Amino acid sequence: MSSRTTRASQPTEDEIKELILKLQALLPRLNHRPNTKASASTILEETCSYIKRLHKEVGDLSQRLSQLLHDSAEFVEVDEELITRLLSNIN
Amino acid sequence: MAASFVSNPDPCLDSSRKKRRKVEDDRNPASTTQVRWRSDKEQRIYSTKLVEALRRVRQGSSSSPAAVSGGKIVKEAADRVLAVAAKGTTRWSRAILRSRLRLSKRLQKCRKARVTGDSRCKRADVRRERRRTPAVQKKVKLLSQLVPGCRKAPLPNLLEETTDYIAALEMQVRAMTVLTELLSGAPAANRLNLTS
Repeated sequence: MSSRTTRASQPTEDEIKELILKLQALLPRLNHRPNTKASASTILEETCSYIKRLHKEVGDLSQRLSQLLHDSAEFVEVDEELITRLLSNIN
Repeated sequence: MAASFVSNPDPCLDSSRKKRRKVEDDRNPASTTQVRWRSDKEQRIYSTKLVEALRRVRQGSSSSPAAVSGGKIVKEAADRVLAVAAKGTTRWSRAILRSRLRLSKRLQKCRKARVTGDSRCKRADVRRERRRTPAVQKKVKLLSQLVPGCRKAPLPNLLEETTDYIAALEMQVRAMTVLTELLSGAPAANRLNLTS
């Protein structure tokens, strides 16, 4: 794109289409056939449901983490250093 | 360059150029979103900060069993750490950090916002409906309610924010999954370190 207007008072259709396409690239369900162009409506809908799924996943993980932290209450504290070391070993 | 007869405005030009560059940099996060939230380093930093935050949470509520509402507390901490990681460059992150400060007031505001929001939207809808169908408009509205801080954002901003938000959420899920696996799989390791 040649012009990247910082004020962007008049968002062009092209800019919006480009952004929507970028969104499509992020959505796992719409990426099975990367060549087919999904409609803006489908992309928006899939985006909404994907965000809802991610929210739910974060909620479930939070629940599990809270359980794990609560269950391990017998330990004085979760060893931060250990976790950091373990995390740096993974990938 | 034509500096002969524009000697005075030059500094103004420079400063406005700098201003433009700075604004552009702020808007660039959208293009570097893929890299930003996908790097291992970012994920490690997030995981570490999250552990710190959760530890503080636990220390704060060690007396009361927080298992029931614990999930909510963990999620709020996870969201807050995620928002901080964005370093104030996105609407959604700023909205998350703001909302923590005025939780109870926000509930009241939500109810009020719905009443006033509709009347404003009607005017905007007339303008947009010429370009986009009402079905699409409805989905845009739904999306704007899902991404924090973007209810009144103009469409291109909303889309950029969404791209960044999704990438950030994916990282959050990855980091929390790793953390959960670590905690559930290595309680013995924890014990070892505590006794030594």
